[in-house]
Order: sequence, then structure tokens, then C-alpha cells
Amino acid sequence: MGYTLNFNLIWRHFDKLWGGLLLSLELAVISIAIGILIGLLLAVWYVSAGRAVRAVIAAYVEFIRNVPLILLVYLVFYGLPTVVDIAYSAQTSFIATLSLYSGAYLVEVFRSGLEAVPRGQLDAGKAIGLTPWQRLVHVRLPTMLRITLPALSNTFLSLFKDTSVASVISVPELTYGAQWINFNTFRIVEVYLVVTAMYLLTGYALLYALRLVERRFRAAH
Amino acid sequence: MPIATPANPALLDVSEVSKSFGSVAVLRSVSLQVTRGEVVTVIGPSGSGKTTLLRCVNFLESYDSGSIRIDGREVGFRDTGTRQRRSERDLAKMRAETGMVFQSFNLFPHLTAAGNIMLGLRKVRGKSSTEARAIAEHWLGRVGLAHKADSLPAELSGGQQQRVGIARAVAMEPKILLLDEITSALDPELVGEVLEVVRSLAEDGMTMVMVTHEMAFARDASSRIIFMADGGVSAAGPPAEILGAEIDNERLRSFLARFRASHF
Repeated sequence: MGYTLNFNLIWRHFDKLWGGLLLSLELAVISIAIGILIGLLLAVWYVSAGRAVRAVIAAYVEFIRNVPLILLVYLVFYGLPTVVDIAYSAQTSFIATLSLYSGAYLVEVFRSGLEAVPRGQLDAGKAIGLTPWQRLVHVRLPTMLRITLPALSNTFLSLFKDTSVASVISVPELTYGAQWINFNTFRIVEVYLVVTAMYLLTGYALLYALRLVERRFRAAH
Repeated sequence: MPIATPANPALLDVSEVSKSFGSVAVLRSVSLQVTRGEVVTVIGPSGSGKTTLLRCVNFLESYDSGSIRIDGREVGFRDTGTRQRRSERDLAKMRAETGMVFQSFNLFPHLTAAGNIMLGLRKVRGKSSTEARAIAEHWLGRVGLAHKADSLPAELSGGQQQRVGIARAVAMEPKILLLDEITSALDPELVGEVLEVVRSLAEDGMTMVMVTHEMAFARDASSRIIFMADGGVSAAGPPAEILGAEIDNERLRSFLARFRASHF
């Protein structure tokens, strides 16, 4: 094998990777924030709604869970604008897709969390005269969040990795940066080695930070 | 034994309340009147409907027929006599008139001892944070836990948690306090500290209805004992009479005999 590793070209274009990593993180953070909102709203709606609403929410969740993310990305970016008269950038389109995607998973997470709140706590909330809204905000949600925090961390971590799918619609995140360097320098092994290390280190750092937050949360409660 | 009269109307008036879970009748036309300052103990075998009765009084459970009034007002249904369920907001207001202490404590795990007591004071009674804190500290002092105000439930023993549960209920200044087997989940050595708190509340004139298996406590602390069996009131009277030897009620006799056999 006459191939010798040469990272010089990678370092020369490292700004593509660094900028890509930051964009990946940004996409993940924005998407999970919107996803949490979607997940919370739908989960609260689900547990208090009738059969029709439940069926609609369940259909949304099942649709998202059973369609590959990459297909959803294509559908929203290429499919939707041809049917409906809207225009958006690849990045906006991807954030919308990833938000809907994480939202569907989080509906399930939050729904089971809400249902796991002990009945006795809700009775206690009723007994001191809290209204249904006050019981939700002051009793049910705080306990639910404690229960679901580990699942939230995991969802966030997989979302961070899922941002690599944005490369298929040319959003300049980390994987796209790697492809760009590959096309322009042909240092395929080097660039993917570096990018793998970047995903790994960032993912590990995120996991560590989130576990710290979880532990802090558990200790304080 | 205080009897409700026009001059001293019943604070709690349970009238011919019936309730079924599916085909199983858990309450059969139960009637019960409690006047201000009375301590009424409900005893009976498990499955006799004691806890369900208590949960109907603050409408944690609905019932099929009859009425439950506190200070003359129907608890769960509108005063129009149509058995139209109150709105959730009105139900919340009605429930704030009663306090309840639970067998499994049911403290809010994310709030400190003081926080548990303050939640209702702030959100239901509209007190400021400072006022609520002062009231919480007062009641924590009353139950001997002034030093635990900032502890979380997980850091407290069962007996301490239950005392916080009592403080949470009485801090709301309810017209009537419902105690649902509040010592049943406690280790024997922790029962005394909780009952001591209940006794001091009784001495203050707090109106209470309690379900308990602590017969000695029931005899000492209550003004009246109700014996329930099969969803109905089987016997009622002052403790000396109900727990006495001459009672002419076969079910009660066998309940007490079985009870004594298992507890002594």
C-alpha cells in the first residue's frame, strides 16, 4: 500500500470543519428547542384529549417514526414547495424537518413521563385546591421533567448526529464540510478520520455535560 | 355526643350517598353528620368503603346518588339540585375548604417541606411568598419540624414526611380535615409522633374525620366512632359504646375480635 496519510490539506481547510461543527450544534439546539415545545404541547393535549385528537397525534408520531429522516428532509425541502407556495432556505427547511422529527419522539417521551407521575401527587394537588392548570404546571410537569431528563439527553445526542443528514441538501454543517474537503483535495481517509473524531469528541463532551446536569437536578430534587 | 341541631348545624352532612365501581357497590346509602369541632373516626374491615367515603367528601371521587354538603354547600355538584357537576375551577375552590392527609404522604417531591406547604398558600390562597413562608414555618414548628423547612421529602423519614403532609393540609385553614389511614404506611416506632400531632389539632378544636386502624388512638381522641361494613354504616356511637364489650352488633364484634387477635 503506497498511501501515506497527509493531514496538511485538512488543516488548511479546517475552518470548513470548525464552522460546520458549530452549525451542526446550532441546528441540533434549535431543533430540540422547537421539538420540546411540540412534544410538550402534544403530550399534554394527548393525555387530556378525546379519541379523535389522540388518533391524529398518534398518526403524526407513527408517520415520523416509520419514515427515514433523509426522506423527510427531501419531502420538506423539495416536495413541499412544489405543492404549496412557500420558499425557504435549505437550513430553515432542515430545522423545520428536524424539529418535527424530534417533536414526534418527544411526544412519546413526555406522554409516558406524564403518565408516570404518581396519582397520589395529583390527588394531593387537588386536595389543596389547585386548578387543573396549576396542577399541571406545579405538580405534574416538574415531576415529569425529572423522569424524562435522561431520555431528553439521549434524544439531543442523536439529534446532534442526525444533523449530518442536512448535507444532502447542502447545508454547510460538519459532514458537508467533510464532503467539500474530500471533493477538493481527495484526502478521503484523512478528512473522515478527523470528522469522526470531531463527532465523537463533541458527542462525548455533550453526554458528559448532560449527565452532570442530570445529576445536579437529581441532587437538588 | 354533639348532634346537629338548628342551632348547631352539621358542618359536614353526608346524606344517603351511594356509589358503585361497575357492578360492585362500595357505598350503600351512607349518611353521616359531623358538627364543628368533632373528631369522627371511621373503622371497618378493608373494602368496607371507608377510604372511598373520605375521598367523596372532597370529591376526589364522584358518587352516584345522595349528597355531601359542607357548611350547607354541595361539594361536587352545583347547588341547583340537578346533579350537574361543578366546573373544575369551582371544584378546586370547594376542595380548598377541606384538607386531606394521605396514607402514602403524597408530598410533592421537587419541593422542600416549606415549599410543599407554601404552594397552596400562594396559588390558592393568594398569599405573598413572605407571608406563605411565615405560615409554613409556623406550622412546621407546630409539627416539630422547624429545622427541616428546607429539606426535600426524600431527605425526611416517613414520620417526618407525614407531619409535613399534615402541616400542608392545616396551613390552608380548612373547615374540616380528612385523615386517610395516615399511619398505615409508617414503621411502628414512627406512629406515635404523627398521632401526637393529630391529638394536638383535636385539642385546638379542628374538625376531623379520620380512617384509622389505631383503635387505642380512636378510643382516646375521637368523639364518635363509625363502624362501616359492606359499604354501609353498621354502627355509630361514642368510643366507649362502640369499642365496649356489650355492643349488640355481630359484625362489629367479630371485626374487633379479629382485630385484637392480629394486633396483640
